[in-house]
Amino acid sequence: MNKIVSKQRFSENVTKLVVEAPLIAKVRRAGHFVIVRCGEKGERIPLTIADSDPAAGTITLVIQAVGDSTRKICALEPGEFLTDVVGPLGQATRIENYGTVLCCGGGVGVAPLLPIIRAMKEAGNRVVSVLAGRTKDLIILEDEVRASSDDVIIMTDDGSYGNKGLVTAGVEEVIKREKVDRVVTIGPAIMMKFVSLLTKKYEVPTEASLNAIMVDGTGMCGACRVTVGGKTRFVCVEGPEFDAHEIDFDELLMRLKM
Amino acid sequence: MENYNESRNEAWREELRKSKTAKERNNIARVEMPQLDPAYRITCNEEVNQGINAEQAVLEATRCLDCPNPQCVTGCPVGINIPKFIKNIERGEFAQAAATLKETSSLPAVCGRVCPQEKQCESKCIRLKMKQPAVAIGYLERFAADWQRNNTEQEVPPMKPANGIKVAVIGSGPSGLSFAGDMAKQGFDVTVFEALHEIGGVLKYGIPEFRLPNSIVDYEIEGLRKMGVKFEKDVLVGKTITYDDLHEQGFKGVFVGSGAGFPRFMDIPGENLIGVMSSNEYLTRINLMSAGRGGDTPVMQGETIAVIGGGNTAMDSTRTALRMGAKRVILVYRRSEEEMPARREEVGHAKEEGVEFMTLHNPIEYIGDEKGHIKAMRIQRMELGKPDASGRRSPVPVEGAIEEIPVDIVIVAVGVSPNQLVPRSIEGLDVSRRNTIVVNEETMQSNIGDLYAGGDIVRGGATVILAMGDGRRAAQNMAKQLLGE
Repeated sequence: MNKIVSKQRFSENVTKLVVEAPLIAKVRRAGHFVIVRCGEKGERIPLTIADSDPAAGTITLVIQAVGDSTRKICALEPGEFLTDVVGPLGQATRIENYGTVLCCGGGVGVAPLLPIIRAMKEAGNRVVSVLAGRTKDLIILEDEVRASSDDVIIMTDDGSYGNKGLVTAGVEEVIKREKVDRVVTIGPAIMMKFVSLLTKKYEVPTEASLNAIMVDGTGMCGACRVTVGGKTRFVCVEGPEFDAHEIDFDELLMRLKM
Repeated sequence: MENYNESRNEAWREELRKSKTAKERNNIARVEMPQLDPAYRITCNEEVNQGINAEQAVLEATRCLDCPNPQCVTGCPVGINIPKFIKNIERGEFAQAAATLKETSSLPAVCGRVCPQEKQCESKCIRLKMKQPAVAIGYLERFAADWQRNNTEQEVPPMKPANGIKVAVIGSGPSGLSFAGDMAKQGFDVTVFEALHEIGGVLKYGIPEFRLPNSIVDYEIEGLRKMGVKFEKDVLVGKTITYDDLHEQGFKGVFVGSGAGFPRFMDIPGENLIGVMSSNEYLTRINLMSAGRGGDTPVMQGETIAVIGGGNTAMDSTRTALRMGAKRVILVYRRSEEEMPARREEVGHAKEEGVEFMTLHNPIEYIGDEKGHIKAMRIQRMELGKPDASGRRSPVPVEGAIEEIPVDIVIVAVGVSPNQLVPRSIEGLDVSRRNTIVVNEETMQSNIGDLYAGGDIVRGGATVILAMGDGRRAAQNMAKQLLGE
């Protein structure tokens, strides 16, 4: 049982929860995720860790309510409990001083991107962040991203905030104006697909963090399998980040509909 | 090892042996396991084998000749004193029969249900040499364990005084539970770390309720708790805490029983289509997560379900699919029925329930619809060729004999590999090319002195009872090492 310490609603469907998980808070690194369960009959839901406070023994999760289980989690109030939290799972992001790193997040994907932005900045990179959302309300964690980025570009589909246009327009603008050594992208699979196609054109190495369907999250079920470089890989233990240019996004998009 | 003759020479045993002639014992037919009717049982999740009653058990126990040199015990991976427990049943001392089981087995009610007794203890029974069916040792084991559970308060077995030495167990499946029970009896302070949210490992996520009810596993776990064993759920050793952290927390020995939970696929076209899944995924969703039975977790349903493979997991998957409402369930196995690794009983149950067997067939491709959902499988007919390394005749394709069968779901049950998560996290640990942990087969000790391992993480995919045997041997040897004996 893991207690909810605080809660913040980013938008109608996006909620931030700070959860007690002292062991995970101590060891987790950027890129790691957890599996949580809400209720004795609850589903196991993978969620990327957005932040942690080892001293307080808490981790931060940002959840988008898309189904019954995520809605249940978003409805939890401070003082209430998640039934289970296990992790940290997956492989941590490879953090190095690459030079200039473009971090590109869409919607709720900005939450797991934030620790990567911070770690890339700490490693000495110039960090340019591109945040995207359908509309102004769906741009989250902007202040936190700004605090660790050298430059931030905001894209909204409807132009209600930042620049009007798709995330790829923002990414292309950066790649055209300066040398980008690496791109990290987290967001809806369709967004990552187009970011990947773009960066492939410009030959910029790109990592995409995948949010696949999982049951156990430890390699047991294989529900999260994805084709990378023509080979089947398990997102839960070998990912969640893979070389975006090698990912079969069409298969991933198809499997996410199951 | 147990001195079987010591108990055999007790007065009551001698008297019991003399109470009936060999002829009288020979004239009793082997008991048949009462079962739920196939038409009824596929509508529910109730246990298929209903268990024998006391009268049947006493009669069956009477068939045992109480041999001077019992061979059955050599077939038992945990060395249960089989004649002693059976003769206790014959004389009506059911509690003592159960206590005899508990001397060497932490999970008798489980073993009595899922052990392949026909390949182990019962395969050595003297009656087979007499051209008669073996004594139903498995049914008797189950009877004694169930009788105790249903008729007495759960008791703690005799335990040595606490020695204050902490040992850790990674994984709460059969090898880990067996190890934990034996170490607790020896006075050790045992903590079991489990990655999932339920204790029991494959006994919970893998074996279905209709073959092994969860309440039975939970009862055994409760017994271990009463013995002082501590359980920590949601802890993934190697991720949440490390092997080094365990040392810092004062653990002096570590047993790894993390299992073989890495599903194998066949690497054929279309295997990543929606509707193709591992048996691990299918069974975990249903058994562990209660999908389709009130749990929040979904599971795909379909009218026609194909299961690929010939082991117990394949049988469990076919029978689960029937119970989830599938109209047609096809088992596809590339060899013939004779080579199937599944227990005969499971094969028989699956057939009774209406599973169609397509032996000597192998899928070569799955075909999807425009939405990426599987709609058909292409099946290659096979024939048996020369024996392979395992001694079984290997299947070879019959040229041109390919057919397409419409299916809604395919469940791939072609085996599992060791889960590399734990072994990979321990620096310097000797791991084989198949990703199993390398141990001394006698002691179950790895190349790291305080680390022992057993079950599928060592064997790569075996049975509950072999895993328990490993846990037991590891406990004996680790205890000796830690106590400086």
